[in-house]
Amino acid sequence: MKSLKWLLNEKKIREVQLKPSAFNYAKPSSVDEVLGLLSEYGDEATILAGGQSLMPTLNMRLSAPALVIDINGLSDLSGISVDGENLRVDGENLRIGALTRHTEIENSPGIAEHAPLISMAMPYIAHPAIRNRGTFGGSIAMADPAAELPACLCALDGEVEVTGKSGARKVAAKDFFKDLYETDMAEGEILTAVEIPKLGAGYRSAFDELARRHGDYAMAGVAAHAKVDGGKISDLRLVFFAVGSTPVTAKKAMNAMEGQSVDDASIAAAQNALEQDLSPFGDLHSSAALKMHYAKELTKRVLTTLSGG
Amino acid sequence: MTNQIEQIQVTTTVNGEKVTALVEPRTNLVDFLRNQMELTGTHVGCEHGVCGACTVRIDGEIVRGCLMLAIQADGLEVVTIEGSDDSGEIADLQKAFHERNALQCGFCTPGMLMAITEMLEKNPDPSRQEIREYLSGNYCRCTGYEAIVDAIETVANTRKGA
Repeated sequence: MKSLKWLLNEKKIREVQLKPSAFNYAKPSSVDEVLGLLSEYGDEATILAGGQSLMPTLNMRLSAPALVIDINGLSDLSGISVDGENLRVDGENLRIGALTRHTEIENSPGIAEHAPLISMAMPYIAHPAIRNRGTFGGSIAMADPAAELPACLCALDGEVEVTGKSGARKVAAKDFFKDLYETDMAEGEILTAVEIPKLGAGYRSAFDELARRHGDYAMAGVAAHAKVDGGKISDLRLVFFAVGSTPVTAKKAMNAMEGQSVDDASIAAAQNALEQDLSPFGDLHSSAALKMHYAKELTKRVLTTLSGG
Repeated sequence: MTNQIEQIQVTTTVNGEKVTALVEPRTNLVDFLRNQMELTGTHVGCEHGVCGACTVRIDGEIVRGCLMLAIQADGLEVVTIEGSDDSGEIADLQKAFHERNALQCGFCTPGMLMAITEMLEKNPDPSRQEIREYLSGNYCRCTGYEAIVDAIETVANTRKGA
């Protein structure tokens, strides 16, 4: 390998090609410091966590912040580890630090035990190299309509902890995702953690999605969670993603399954109810009608999985 | 650009060698490696995290070189295809790729080899389906992947027997 001694040759440095527009960079070491920078710069600042959604927008100059606040040095957000995991069990809740990376969650025995839905969803999130960097909190804060984790968080009745100048507040997942890429977070706030109730006795989860190729954005997907007792389904959650501007909870289909066994008749009833729950819009890869077809097929699959079939 | 943007010093280890350099904050890691370090084995394809051509290892984990800033590598260890090649750890993979014709233009190959190295460390005995899933983030527009999966399978089997 060639010697690297010439590295500080200034002429070389000036020749470097750069994609994003110029920005300043700060790497604070506390949440307070982040909040200070956010209030100083307002919407001129952007937070860099895993960067797997932000960096493409910078590279393509879809966003041009004056300041990038790199939060990867925040021990407050990654320092809530127990047994080497960025995970804490508070009574009935799991607490996941916002900076916890997808790969760590994918490999976490604690998550697999207490929130198996999250473990099931992990392999569907992009690719290994993305999951090594991308963060749980980043995915929630980004609120991409095709993302897996917002739907899972809604299905599990999770809460999002958001911290601002006046302290931390918790928002139920169902109230957090407002619209396309829009959340309940106000300017000057930062997502600090996510809390998920531990898996209740008798509850099961199932997850499925359809994508053109493994790791691509979903064309349609669903997170399912229910109590299963003697083959009968109760307290079902069916939360779809990539079929609307936010995660969509299919209440009519959920009600149709209450107290039912999973068989051809109940699946058909849930699929019919789905017509009232979802009004998908078509995109580049699938028309609205095709998305509805996918959602019905996914419903059949997850109900069958939940019933142990 | 404004003239208020300051260059920041980054100290990182690249392929075992400690490097200190000044970078603009907006410099992508892959552009730093290619343009300032002249380590051009790491390729730049889509520049937004889709194609996998820029795959490098940071502290042992594969990442997209185009989705990290060079300054974020401060204090971390970077290994590029040049480092993997020098160490000899992928010699059997390179040989298998050559023999099975698992590359044609070769543009994706460095990123492929970096991803495969991590995959075989985590899962020394992958099925063909698992190989395809792990490499789903590395595009190859020449081979149709079949030869790549063949080559990896050969190496996994050989390493198991060794």
